[in-house]
Amino acid sequence: MSILSMSKILFKSILHGPYTVLYPIRKKENYEHTRGRVDITVSDCIFCGLCQRRCPTGAIRVDKAGSTWSIERLQCIQCNYCGEVCPKKCLKMGNQYTSPSFGNVRDDYTNARVSDNTENH
Amino acid sequence: MGNRTVIPFGPQHPVLPEPIHLDLVLEDETVLEAVPRIGYIHRGLEKLVEKKDFQQYTYVAERICGICSFMHGMGYCMAIESIMDVKVPERAEFLRTIWAELSRMHSHLLWLGLLADAFGFESLFMHSWRLREQVLDIFEETTGGRIIFSVCEIGGVRKDVSPETLNKISGILLSMEKELKELAKVFLNDSSVKYRTRGIGVLSKQAAFDLGAVGPMAKASGINMDLRTQGYAAYSKLQFEPIVETDGDSYARTSVRLREIFQSIDLIKQAVSIIPEGEIRVKVTGNPNGEYFTRVEQPRGEVIYYVKANGSKFLDRFRVRTPTFANVPALLETLKGCALADIPILILTIDPCISCTER
Ligand code: SF4
Ligand code: SF4
Repeated sequence: MSILSMSKILFKSILHGPYTVLYPIRKKENYEHTRGRVDITVSDCIFCGLCQRRCPTGAIRVDKAGSTWSIERLQCIQCNYCGEVCPKKCLKMGNQYTSPSFGNVRDDYTNARVSDNTENH
Repeated sequence: MGNRTVIPFGPQHPVLPEPIHLDLVLEDETVLEAVPRIGYIHRGLEKLVEKKDFQQYTYVAERICGICSFMHGMGYCMAIESIMDVKVPERAEFLRTIWAELSRMHSHLLWLGLLADAFGFESLFMHSWRLREQVLDIFEETTGGRIIFSVCEIGGVRKDVSPETLNKISGILLSMEKELKELAKVFLNDSSVKYRTRGIGVLSKQAAFDLGAVGPMAKASGINMDLRTQGYAAYSKLQFEPIVETDGDSYARTSVRLREIFQSIDLIKQAVSIIPEGEIRVKVTGNPNGEYFTRVEQPRGEVIYYVKANGSKFLDRFRVRTPTFANVPALLETLKGCALADIPILILTIDPCISCTER
């Protein structure tokens, strides 16, 4: 029977100081592979719509006519399935999270180059 | 005979963040009977197979529950792989085993913390979760996610782990093992902890068998049942003995889970030392056609997946029988005759996961 079995751990923990990080003064570094948010290099995108068809949550909208790729940030579950199926490899999982927000966040990316080309026709 | 009172427990109760409701029939302070009611967080995930194709469903399957997420994904993938006759590369099998065992550690550490919290030992709770945090960091580094990994896919795994990282994991586990041993002493030897767990909620071997208890609940009552001995993933290449206790009380269940953490550390070390080089995924083409049952040992016990496919990309039926669901009858048995004050601990000792149960 012991009643002070925890004392060694507690003593060590007092000497060690806090194990937590005092956010936001110190921020936790994300790992290289942390799945934060989907980033797109829109100049490489051919608007094939494969990512939209495969996304399990339907977070992606691809508008071929308008050359626009958009994503509902809060609907995305960071599974990176879109990044795997993309034939141009222009989607990748960045290690920074979307910042918190009160409403839905929708990011639109338009390929300016393609629109210019259409005008030049 | 004293007065009979019915006291509702839950659906929201401080001891458990998940909703389960029990009507407790009491005579004075003693429970005569408990009537459960579930269904508060049914999400219809099984029905979703009709809307998501079998590849997409991998990501749904691992979201059945946040604690055994990896094993849910793995069990589902194993079922589809068996239907489609896919041979998963050996390295992938080993990586799956390592992640599965790490999940077991994180689940049991979480549970130990919750148990400490239930009997009001807050510093023990904090220290259990501090250790768990190191496991979560390993997950984040190797898979990208802390809770939901999305690394298991049909035909293998999506991310490889470099030998340096594997060695680093062994190093972290080595230092964790030392700290865990000290923590285990508190859980198993401290008199105030023992006072709350020893001899409370005894489930006899026969009762555990008759009521179909699974996992640590059954193992603590002396039933030697561990599905890892069937040798799925890479378990057939690792040495281990299922952990069994005979007392059947809350103390035995704590002890089984604590010893399973050490066993997981040992299994991961073994796996790291013999993991072969090679591919981590094979390409899967076509659609599944057929049906299959998979059984996997989760931290909470045996889980069963039933998959029925019809040759199209949408499955006909997907069914999960989760360990908590199997353990509810055993829980009701242990509640009979216990004191009102012991109820939170007894409910915790089955390690309930209501999200799993209701899917
Ligand atoms: S799959 Fe790739 S190339 Fe196709 S629309 Fe999506 S991002 Fe663009
Ligand atoms: S990461 Fe997954 S959920 Fe998010 S957009 Fe890509 S496919 Fe959709």
